Amino acid sequence: MLEMRKDLFADERDDNLNVIGKGLQRQDMPGHVTGLTRYFDDHAFEGLLHLKVVRSPHASARIRSIDVAAAARAPGVRRVLRAADVPVNRNTLLSLIGFGKDDEPSLAVDKVHYKGEPVVAIIADSEAQALAAKKLVRIDYEPMPAVFDVEEALKPGAPVVNETYSANYFEYHERFDHQKLRFGDVERALASADMVLEHRYQMSPIEHAPTETNGSIAAPEQNGRFVVHSCAQGLFFALGTAAKIVALESNRLHFIGGTVGGGFGGKVDSLTEPLAVLGAMVTGKPVRFVLDREEEMLYGSPRGAERIYIKDGLMRDGRLIARHIRSYFDAGAYTRLSSYAAIKCTAHLPGPYWIPNVASDVHVAYTNRCPSTAMRGFGITAVDFALEVQMDRLAEAAQMDPMEFRLLNAYRDGDMKPHRRKASNTALIECVQVAAEKANWPISEQGKRQSSLTGGGVGERGQIPATVLDARGQIGRPETRNSGPTQTLPAGSSRIAPSKQPVMEGARDGRAAPAQVPRYEAARPAAAPLSPPPYQPAPSPYQPVTGQQPPPYQPPPAPPATAAPVQTQHGAVRFSSVFGRRR
Amino acid sequence: MAKIPVQFRLNGSDRAAFVDAPETLLNTLRRGLGDFAPKYGCGQGACGVCTVLIDGEPHLSCLTLSVACEGKRIETASGMADGPDLHPLQAQFMEHFAAQCGFCTPGMLTVARALLDRNPNPTRDEVIEAISGNICRCTGYEPIVAAILAAAGSPGMRRSEGGRHA
Ligand code: FES
Ligand code: FES
Repeated sequence: MLEMRKDLFADERDDNLNVIGKGLQRQDMPGHVTGLTRYFDDHAFEGLLHLKVVRSPHASARIRSIDVAAAARAPGVRRVLRAADVPVNRNTLLSLIGFGKDDEPSLAVDKVHYKGEPVVAIIADSEAQALAAKKLVRIDYEPMPAVFDVEEALKPGAPVVNETYSANYFEYHERFDHQKLRFGDVERALASADMVLEHRYQMSPIEHAPTETNGSIAAPEQNGRFVVHSCAQGLFFALGTAAKIVALESNRLHFIGGTVGGGFGGKVDSLTEPLAVLGAMVTGKPVRFVLDREEEMLYGSPRGAERIYIKDGLMRDGRLIARHIRSYFDAGAYTRLSSYAAIKCTAHLPGPYWIPNVASDVHVAYTNRCPSTAMRGFGITAVDFALEVQMDRLAEAAQMDPMEFRLLNAYRDGDMKPHRRKASNTALIECVQVAAEKANWPISEQGKRQSSLTGGGVGERGQIPATVLDARGQIGRPETRNSGPTQTLPAGSSRIAPSKQPVMEGARDGRAAPAQVPRYEAARPAAAPLSPPPYQPAPSPYQPVTGQQPPPYQPPPAPPATAAPVQTQHGAVRFSSVFGRRR
Repeated sequence: MAKIPVQFRLNGSDRAAFVDAPETLLNTLRRGLGDFAPKYGCGQGACGVCTVLIDGEPHLSCLTLSVACEGKRIETASGMADGPDLHPLQAQFMEHFAAQCGFCTPGMLTVARALLDRNPNPTRDEVIEAISGNICRCTGYEPIVAAILAAAGSPGMRRSEGGRHA
């Protein structure tokens, strides 16, 4: 339930918010249909100059020499910029919030790390003259080994992609090699599971392909200020980034924008603003730097490709008891926003399901590819795809209807999440109910009566379980950064090959114990007392199933009769468009 | 490079410009004459955001040489409204939420206008065919198709000045 913090926002607004449910015309629509909307490029300037960059043809190379003499003499050329001309030629986007080390130059210094990296900028009277002068720049490269695969990049001895992070992974807080989540004991739970299912999911990089390409125009104003018309999705973010790189006080930059010809995440990187401003500073003229379509498609940063391994422990009655996720973000050559994507991804795991044992390791790996960045739910959508495909495969393995399987395993309000927070405002059950209703997908009467409001947080569902500690007393094992494509399963369990149909392994007695007895962080309730309870190895909550048939679907305790209005057939009252009501 | 004079009628007004021989109509309209309704999206005939009407026919201005437009009638989305009165297509685009970022909208309106000039009662398939050279990355096209069909049926549909049947 949305709560208005009246104590904090007493003067902000009154509560007669009354637009929901009404059709309102957007304020920018008249401009769009009359052609009057002004995008960054729709501004006339007298004496406008055009900036184009020379890009690296190599994925990884040392720059032996750069000769710009012929280009500088070419017709119409006003100025040629090189790395040394950029006042602060090393930046990382999130440095504005103090996150991560500066790792990316505006113009490459003595190495290039991806194909398409800008090396030299040319400013000329016309676009055609700038393009012609580009061809006259002579750069002598010495190609170097490159790495394009995230797991290869993390192996010892792999070519160093980005000297700032010489082991090819992003370092969180200058100490941690990845984002880690541990909840319970995944290895032990996998050993006690009836089935273990592991699959690998590989995503592609995706270009946003906005109809308007990235670009900006910077022009000198009076009083030593510069006006910048920008395509940026985050205008002040671009302002701060440009101010840092050209070493100007930010109040000398006047950014105008917010009217974006399609962004989808691809216009947060400040790809053009810093060099456009620098161009205006060194020429005293308005300078326009716009990517052409080819540059946009090849070198406008894409959604990062992710590789995701999911290994699940499943009981024959359909309960998921363990989930281990290992994932690699392909950041490309520089960090940009991938470090944030991995945090979002980890916060999202293990999906909207209550699973008593969860471990995840999300790595950000550098490769010699175009740096990747934000795109619509980055960090979330790819892993969601993987998780939901996995859920369908698990349902099949448990011989359950995929909708019922999700109802059985869904988060409910009050459940403890692996992040040590209680789930609230959960709604998967209701979503499934509404989706089933709309798709005429039959679900059981019991399934229809489920509610996210009941059954959550009961017993172990509300507890932080005993969690494995590593040798240093931190939540740890298993270590995974350099593990092979698959891991060794605990003794007594066997892997289901991804290409094969899962098979029932049946109840197994007398499983061998793991070779090393792990240490545990003790189980505790959410609000932990200051002195934790004495060490108690958590008893395994899972009893092997002995019968031949899976037991019938046993939902958590039915809600009290008053919880659901009697007139609704489904439990889906909160978000159902059918009933038009929410809690 | 010697500039070449070129004159044409733009949205009902006589206009003149000095252009370079290889200059595109898109560049002349935008940078020379200040009509920013046609956009640059690709410069290679792939996206349709630069579409204008030349003598009533839709053309990609990024692939049209300005010198070839001597004496032609050119219309862009800027010239669609009649003073403060919107063209029915413009009104229906607003009504049907047929623009999100709006970058493709001038081109969409232009091809739709050419379609309705030629065929006042198009079928859905004919509308889809007419906009098939125009890329929209935001709307998913459905609202655009709905807006064009609604405009076709609306009273007050006017013909463009250069329209074939005008
Ligand atoms: S800019 Fe003319 S078709 Fe894309
Ligand atoms: S509305 Fe954005 S491209 Fe069509």
